[in-house]
Amino acid sequence: MTIVEIGLPKRLVEFTLDGESVRVPEGATILDACTAVGKSIPTLCYGDTLKPANACRVCMVEVEGSRTLVPSCSRKVEPGMVVRTDSERTQHSRKLVLELLGSATDLSTTPHVDEWMSACGADPSRFGPDAETKLQPTTVDNPLYVRDYGKCIMCYKCVDACGDQWQNSFAISVAGRGFDAHISTEFATPLPDSACVYCGNCIEVCPTGALSFKREHDKREDGTWDESKQTRTTTVCTFCGVGCNLTLHVQDNEIVKVTSPHDSTVTHGNLCIKGRFGWQHVQNR
Amino acid sequence: MDLKLLDAEPTEAERVVVDLFTGMGRDQLLPALHAVNDRVGWISQGALNHICRVLHVPPAEAYGVASFYSLFSLTERPAKVVHVCVDLACQVNGAKAVCDRLTDELGPAGAGSGWLRSPCLGVCEKAPAALAFEAGEVAKEQLLAPTHAGEVIAVAAAGPSRVDGERAEVPQAGAPGLRLLKRVGVVDPESLDDYRATGGYQALRTALLLGPAGVIREVSDAKLMGRGGAAFPTGRKWDATARQPVRPHYLVCNADESEPGTFKDRLLMEGDPFAVIESMTIAGFAAGCSKGYLYLRGEYPRALHLLRNAISKARERGFLGTNVMGHEGFSFDIEIRRGAGAYICGEETAIFNSIEGFRGEPRSKPPFPVEQGLFGKPTVVNNVETLVNVPVILTEGCEAYTRIGTEGSTGPKLFCLSGNVSRPGVYEVPFGTTLSELLDLAGGVPPGRELRAVLLGGAAGGFVRPDELDLPLTLEDARAAGTTLGSGVVLVLDDTADLGSFLLRIAAFFRDESCGQCVPCRIGTVRQEEALHRLVGKRPLSTSAADLQLLREVGQVMRDSSICGLGQTAWNAIESALDRLGYAEEATK
Ligand SMILES: Cc1cc2nc3c(=O)[nH]c(=O)nc-3n(C[C@H](O)[C@H](O)[C@H](O)COP(=O)(O)O)c2cc1C
Ligand code: SF4
Ligand code: SF4
Ligand code: SF4
Ligand code: FES
Ligand code: FES
Repeated sequence: MTIVEIGLPKRLVEFTLDGESVRVPEGATILDACTAVGKSIPTLCYGDTLKPANACRVCMVEVEGSRTLVPSCSRKVEPGMVVRTDSERTQHSRKLVLELLGSATDLSTTPHVDEWMSACGADPSRFGPDAETKLQPTTVDNPLYVRDYGKCIMCYKCVDACGDQWQNSFAISVAGRGFDAHISTEFATPLPDSACVYCGNCIEVCPTGALSFKREHDKREDGTWDESKQTRTTTVCTFCGVGCNLTLHVQDNEIVKVTSPHDSTVTHGNLCIKGRFGWQHVQNR
Repeated sequence: MDLKLLDAEPTEAERVVVDLFTGMGRDQLLPALHAVNDRVGWISQGALNHICRVLHVPPAEAYGVASFYSLFSLTERPAKVVHVCVDLACQVNGAKAVCDRLTDELGPAGAGSGWLRSPCLGVCEKAPAALAFEAGEVAKEQLLAPTHAGEVIAVAAAGPSRVDGERAEVPQAGAPGLRLLKRVGVVDPESLDDYRATGGYQALRTALLLGPAGVIREVSDAKLMGRGGAAFPTGRKWDATARQPVRPHYLVCNADESEPGTFKDRLLMEGDPFAVIESMTIAGFAAGCSKGYLYLRGEYPRALHLLRNAISKARERGFLGTNVMGHEGFSFDIEIRRGAGAYICGEETAIFNSIEGFRGEPRSKPPFPVEQGLFGKPTVVNNVETLVNVPVILTEGCEAYTRIGTEGSTGPKLFCLSGNVSRPGVYEVPFGTTLSELLDLAGGVPPGRELRAVLLGGAAGGFVRPDELDLPLTLEDARAAGTTLGSGVVLVLDDTADLGSFLLRIAAFFRDESCGQCVPCRIGTVRQEEALHRLVGKRPLSTSAADLQLLREVGQVMRDSSICGLGQTAWNAIESALDRLGYAEEATK
């Protein structure tokens, strides 16, 4: 029996996870429980600072008595639940979801996807050379960030970060339907004409690299992007008195991007244009 | 929230119709989009901008909503357009020939050539069908059914000549023993007096005497099961909603009816609109709702006209509004919401998002509608046919009602017969009638032809073979036979039908109608269609057996991991054709 204690005293809920009895605080999701006992479940649309979108379906697990599989990132543990994360059905589902995604989108900059694919033997090329894809040219319409929607998996995170969950700018939305669904401003108007304020909070949450700093994008393009040579230093933004935490990613003595710690009680990973992009002057280019 | 709007102004005509929404909120977004579309035929940047200004909606979100619905165009198009049905029943009845000639004479389908391909228009008994639309000060719509290429070409040029279609007709009209269809095609659907003279509003009177708990008891004891496809016990749903302490409660009557081959709700609304209104009022009373929404699919102009008339007459005479029928403390009113071309909006949580002015994407359950539904409040969602069973239960009594049908499936049931059948239409029979009895009632396949298969339950249903026609049509027998009654579709295919094309149309339907929210359905329905194309066209990737395996694997992940019923059932009919009709063998030969 594993007992997981997190934070304030809460009622514990007992359930069975892959044959083992586990207790978690009331309100925990199946994913929380898995993380606590050291079981890793792939996730893409789940965001630690966002409400679950339930869209990617890569985190599905089997719950006894349920007709379909359930998303572990949002389903709360209930007393007596019997959950399997490794059954044949869950593995089939995970493999197919990854294959479907990989057959339609460029996952080359999505972290962990290669490991997940090889772990379950996924082969996205199975659908043949004529399988319809979302590949498209990169959109570069402003000097700060690049949108490469051929890499977009429609996880809704950027829309949620830009909308009522954080930024309240509502510059982007999901448009179209079905396979044609895509992230867009109104009438696909260029970002500079839209409501975008370049807070970059959408880039912060994007799990695939579909949204990236112009600097990062350019360096990747010319082959000089090298994460092994980068250092990360967390500091406090000097522009105003709010005191947002910044993490500066530095390569070859040059700031190449700025993120913010998601567990920061000030920012929850969010910044404004000054903290996110206002570092050009530091290096005076 | 400050809105940043595009630099585009509406035309005078656009401004006038949008200004009517001044002072209203986000939930009027869909009606406002309709108003612009009705006036000018498409949604321009200036018009969308003005809608956003008036309703205070961020333009990116309004664009996301407008682009969700297939009846709206965000690029300029002419005021006149004909929607030509290419769906299952019409395909079987010559839609391809119609489209081929239109392509020859008008050019390929597209706004510029004046005609568009459309999913099922819900008039499958008169296939092939088309719906002509013309925007203007008074938007005009005319149903062409059954139609032919010549008529479509003429109407595409001249525009529709009437505002709505013909009188509702059912083959059994006036036959003794009908309960749900007793007034359809017999009683004037515009007259409240005629409705009352034929027993109308007796059930509401009984309900007001019984009290909410009494009504729920009757409906529960009658064992009424939902007729919208999922067959959930109606009494349980009402009871769970009635018990929620949060107020207000809402009622949504689901009249989105977009499952290919389904047209029963249209016949009920066109033939007996007051019954729908009375039934909603009873449901609202039982579940403690003060407001009901009737979500009507966008392509039902005649039903819209008749329901509007019924609501306003009922309101005038005190059957809606404050203190309904003089009953102190019971106030209830109904608002019609028009869909705009999206099958998914019939899903019980997508319908909430659509009404609230968001994209019609299903929500994750839990929470269930009875706890948090429309506007986050406890909500009952019921199908039209489910609701019109309620007056039958209250007037005949639940005991008499349970004697109709079988132990597990009580009451009368409507079936929609279409395809290769002599007398297509909506038929009312008790549950338990066999499929062959039902086919006989509709005259069987046309003379000289042989039955090949029956698609039962719609695109999300399954096939039945000619040697299985003794299947009693009940929920339990269908389940045991590995199929479903779904929304009551009985689409008949004879030996002239091209099964491959039929299956391809099913696959195309799901691809077109997926909302796109979740990966298994958004991409799976595309891969399903691609693999089926290879299989039907005998152009395998490596071998047909491998394509078949691919189809099965994609089908499985859609069934297991999709968010809603659309993705979960998108593989049902195709799987059943492969395994039950032996198409797997035929295709891999
Ligand atoms: C994709 C999809 C489309 C649906 N369309 C309809 C519809 O058009 N009309 C309907 O009554 N139910 C439809 N349903 C079923 C509803 O979700 C819901 O079960 C039903 O309206 C409940 O009413 P009932 O209990 O009276 O059947 C649909 C379900 C799905 C998954
Ligand atoms: S940068 Fe900020 S305002 Fe602009 S789209 Fe991203 S989240 Fe929205
Ligand atoms: S751009 Fe990134 S964050 Fe936005 S939906 Fe696509 S993958 Fe998700
Ligand atoms: S199953 Fe299909 S229709 Fe349903 S939520 Fe997912 S993508 Fe949308
Ligand atoms: S991570 Fe759970 S559905 Fe995407
Ligand atoms: S109207 Fe054409 S298939 Fe239903």
